[in-house]
Amino acid sequence: MLKCESMNLFYGEVQALWDVNLEVKEGEIVALLGANAAGKSTTINAISGLEKLSSGKILFEGTEIQKKDPHEIVEMGIVQVPEGRKLFSYMTIEENLELGAYSKRARANFKQNLETVFELFPILKERRKQLAGSMSGGQQQMCAVARGLMGNPKFLMIDELSLGLAPLVVKQLFEVLTQISKRGITILLVEQNVKQSLAIANSAFVLKNGRLALSGKASEVANDPTLHQAYLGK
Amino acid sequence: MGEIIQVLISGILVGGIYALISMGLNLILGVVRIINFAHGEFLMLAMYLSFFLYSVWGLDPYVSALLVVLILFVFGLFIQRIIIQPILNTSATVKIFVTLGLSIALQNFALMLWRADFRSVHTAYQTAVINVGTVAVSIPRLIAFIVAIIVALGMYLFLNKTLVGKAIRAVAMEKRAAALMGINVKRIYLLAFAIGSAIVGLAGALLIPIYYVFPTVGTLFVLISFVVVVLGGMGSMLGAFLGGIIIGLVEAIAGVVIAPGLKEAVYFIIFILVLLFRPSGLFSLGKGSEEVGLK
Repeated sequence: MLKCESMNLFYGEVQALWDVNLEVKEGEIVALLGANAAGKSTTINAISGLEKLSSGKILFEGTEIQKKDPHEIVEMGIVQVPEGRKLFSYMTIEENLELGAYSKRARANFKQNLETVFELFPILKERRKQLAGSMSGGQQQMCAVARGLMGNPKFLMIDELSLGLAPLVVKQLFEVLTQISKRGITILLVEQNVKQSLAIANSAFVLKNGRLALSGKASEVANDPTLHQAYLGK
Repeated sequence: MGEIIQVLISGILVGGIYALISMGLNLILGVVRIINFAHGEFLMLAMYLSFFLYSVWGLDPYVSALLVVLILFVFGLFIQRIIIQPILNTSATVKIFVTLGLSIALQNFALMLWRADFRSVHTAYQTAVINVGTVAVSIPRLIAFIVAIIVALGMYLFLNKTLVGKAIRAVAMEKRAAALMGINVKRIYLLAFAIGSAIVGLAGALLIPIYYVFPTVGTLFVLISFVVVVLGGMGSMLGAFLGGIIIGLVEAIAGVVIAPGLKEAVYFIIFILVLLFRPSGLFSLGKGSEEVGLK
């Protein structure tokens, strides 16, 4: 479904990605792992079109997308739930969800997606008139995922789903991810929470200092010593 | 007593004009995050446009207002696309110098074409007033004030009730997240800049029956609208509206109580005090919004 070929990306003079290759197959949950500043967010921002590659290709369903603008990429069915949620804090939950469905492809399925989202996160339905910024961290993350789902994605990228949340909430959110996956949405999960991610993922990629350090089936990656090195250095 | 009411009413009415100019400035500031130092020159151009439509074609300023608004909208699109868009990712200094440069260029352009003469239109209703008891209410000022209220309400409904309006607010709050929702951020910038220009165009059309036009007329009003924006809160439409009324009142009261020549001193003291004690303004969008325009 998604194929990244030797991606190189610079922030000014600093090279953030070095020849990174990735592949995500349809229907999978793929984990993208690595320590801080390994290039995980940069990778998905490049896929979303927020950052531009200096060389390399990104193919989605066979079409090159590395030169497209973010809104065109959303129109193709690639949706990102950004790190730190980035909700529209001074708007209600309802308005956030409405904006999640801004793209043409999402507007057509608005009602259906809203139902699905309220089914997955009943609390959001209850609080739909509340300002997004006034909710707890866990509820905000639910709202961020819900807003992403309102975009009617074929391919959903989630950046740091578990960051700063209570273990119970994290568990709940990971359960929702498997439900989303069962609905046929392919997921790329960027995570620091290695154990939980690998438990639900089919395959995994591990980045270290902007380079691909390891890739393979989730079960293999979990037992590979390179994984530990990627986090602990050396 | 009658005199006090007269002063207050004049203040509120003139505040309506300040509110209009400031709403345009604040929309651009809040969404595109650029301080448009040429905003006053947009006002000047709108006033000249209105003036020439009157003196050449005999179009009444209130009739030609729609045309002026439309032309300023297109002018805003053009400026955003050609001048602002290429510098959006540069430093704050570049942005300041570019819009300041545009301001100087437009002033001198006007000076070259139309000279430094003060010009004004002469309409039948120019000095018309409604007398309520001992208080006289100037009709052109009243019209300007009513239009300001309508624009403020219209902007409120547009920004809060329509999907495009919500998208504009989304871009103002979290521009990257907005892009990830499929919102074309550049197009929203174009729209916001054009609407901001159109609003100041309307202010120009409403001002010409009341005031003279000359090449540097914009600086006079844009300084006030900076005070209004800081007072009301950067990026806030409601703040710009109420801030405009407040500054109009302050100006009128200061003119009577202190001295007409010192009214500017009074609102610049307010400007400094607000920056010192409540830099996000009275009705700001919230934490961090005082940095709008410099990010």
